[in-house]
Amino acid sequence: MSLKRRDFLKLSTVAACLGATSTAHGMEDFTGWPDRYGMLTDTTLCIGANCRRCEEACKRVNERPMEGLDLTDNSVFEQTRRTDPNSYTVVNRFTVSEDSENPVYVKKQCMHCNEPACASACLVRAFSKTKEGPVLYNKDVCIGCRYCMLACPFRIPSYDYFDAFTPQVRKCTMCYDRIVEGKIPGCAEICPKEAITFGKRSDLITLARERIRHDPDRYQPRIYGETEVGGTSWLYLAGTDFTNLGFSDDLGSMPYPELTRGFLAAVPIVLTVWPVLLTGFYKFSQSREKAEVEAEAAAADDKKGWGDGYRHE
Amino acid sequence: MATVMNKQDWVTEKLLLGMSWSDYLRSLMTPFNFIVAVILAVGIPITWIRFTQGIGAISNLTDNNPWGLWIGVDVLSGVALAAGGFTIGTAVYLFGMKKYRIIVRPAVLTGFLGYFFVVIGLCYDLGRPWRLPYPMIISYGVTSVMFLVGWHVATYLSVQFLEFSPALFEWLGWKNFRKWAVRITIGATILGVILSTLHQSALGALFLMAAAKLHPLWYSPYIPVFFFVSAICAGMTMVIFESTLSHRIFGDQVSHEDHKKLDDVTLGLGQGAAALLFTYFCLKWVGVAHDHNWHWLGTPMGSWFMLEVFGFVLAPSLLMFFASRRGSPTLVRVGAVWTILGIILNRVNVSMIALNWDQPDRYIPHWMEFGVTITVITIGILTFRFIVNRMPILRKHPAYVDDDH
Repeated sequence: MSLKRRDFLKLSTVAACLGATSTAHGMEDFTGWPDRYGMLTDTTLCIGANCRRCEEACKRVNERPMEGLDLTDNSVFEQTRRTDPNSYTVVNRFTVSEDSENPVYVKKQCMHCNEPACASACLVRAFSKTKEGPVLYNKDVCIGCRYCMLACPFRIPSYDYFDAFTPQVRKCTMCYDRIVEGKIPGCAEICPKEAITFGKRSDLITLARERIRHDPDRYQPRIYGETEVGGTSWLYLAGTDFTNLGFSDDLGSMPYPELTRGFLAAVPIVLTVWPVLLTGFYKFSQSREKAEVEAEAAAADDKKGWGDGYRHE
Repeated sequence: MATVMNKQDWVTEKLLLGMSWSDYLRSLMTPFNFIVAVILAVGIPITWIRFTQGIGAISNLTDNNPWGLWIGVDVLSGVALAAGGFTIGTAVYLFGMKKYRIIVRPAVLTGFLGYFFVVIGLCYDLGRPWRLPYPMIISYGVTSVMFLVGWHVATYLSVQFLEFSPALFEWLGWKNFRKWAVRITIGATILGVILSTLHQSALGALFLMAAAKLHPLWYSPYIPVFFFVSAICAGMTMVIFESTLSHRIFGDQVSHEDHKKLDDVTLGLGQGAAALLFTYFCLKWVGVAHDHNWHWLGTPMGSWFMLEVFGFVLAPSLLMFFASRRGSPTLVRVGAVWTILGIILNRVNVSMIALNWDQPDRYIPHWMEFGVTITVITIGILTFRFIVNRMPILRKHPAYVDDDH
């Protein structure tokens, strides 16, 4: 007896339906929306102490509580802070050994990756890379598994751990709502030193290269975010090695979604090959069992009268 | 009037184990149940706090450490330890290894309840657990490994319910339903293997995204394979552990013949688990070699890695190997518990200890997180006991003594 063709087709249809939902996209080479925006933070311009007006502007735009925000309180720099549900951006101070007199201030926020890890990790597509550049979060579908937070190589998304009913992931939106209205992001607008520039990402890369070329002593010859994890919309310039400023140097240039592509590609193979393989094992064991029963029956025929007694043990 | 009487008879017979209410309640006054009551007395208020004040009120989870004990133990370890259902089902129904038939039902029940309570545990961890069906009906994140996990755990839970259902229908006396449930055994078993292969490995694949966060000795492109192979080891040893306990605790349910067979079954499982665990041991070194991570072995995290791999993979594998060769089921059982601890250690390492290992703020679970985990496991054990005491799991239903399902 062989597996009926129709049964096999049924199995493969089920397999294909389950599999189709999990396959990766093809090998299309999409390098990103052409006119997408970005931000360039020049850490050599940021003054940090007694400023942090970008933090304030960010809270105002995103309607985050202002309590505890004292721009003249420089003790906040004693610790390296990260983004949290009330602070979509934070400025940190780094003291660099070659010039300990002049600490460097670095603004931190979502990098708005070209191919975001959070978006590829999310099981309900709560994140999307907009054609304008910002990576946006949709609180209406999020189930709160926080896989995006695990996946993000920059440790940016934060969570409302103390909200029992409507907790959401929170992070910088690059002021998407302002951008589409023709305004520039809050932090870039307020910055008194023009340390944050808003513009088309391609223009910002040109601008950054020009700054490096004009003043090679001031700048490291590197734009952080140009190639990291496949490129980010937020770019940085620095006067010292980026690893001195809390930037990871080991993220590589491969987009994070690539990390799971191989695994996801193997999924439909398992779904299509396993059924026939396992059915084969089943048929094999059945035929062996049948042979055993027949052999037993033949043996029982030889010793008539003993046939039945021990069948049920 | 007659129907009312019938209903009462049904409750007495099916639910109260033939006792009157007062006798039944009196029978519940045992030391074990006292401990259970204490656990629930702590666990229920914790649950209340969790669902009224948020995850942060009872946990030490942070923005840097979004996953903790509930993911590491309840979900990752729970799913691995529940792999016994599909492992034994495959051995018996697909490979025709009839010897293991006596443990197939308890293994399937353990698997089904294991997954069920993984989902219950997950409800504490998810920010909005009432949106659990969203990936199935509202929004499809098809590029996500988590999407695969969600779909497959949900599908597999249903498949396991079908696999378990013959016992349920025998208990209820629904002969026709049972007939249909038995008829799909092979199909359900095959589907179960496919789904298990994929989601057990997918749980490991989740961490492929943690490339810059997980210690190189644990991070590997092979991590899906590690998770899958170790899950089968976990499933087999969990069946050894569970059947040993069941035969002790529910001894009156087990026939004399079946009880005698258990030692032989344990030896067979121990041998299989030892071989597979040794394979897993080798695979772990393939991982180290593939990424050329040898230099990490000399670091403190390297020592911790070697403790896991030698102390909790190779050692229990060798113990079970020699124990099964020498015919010592007791030592196999020791090795099985050792293996279980080793797999839990691995999942805890991957999701907590080796994750963010170089970060200043390390995660240590809040005591109430342990409270949730212990409460969920306790309710799982109670459910297992409830079912075993009532349905034909360890014993055969008188009407189906000769039936192989």
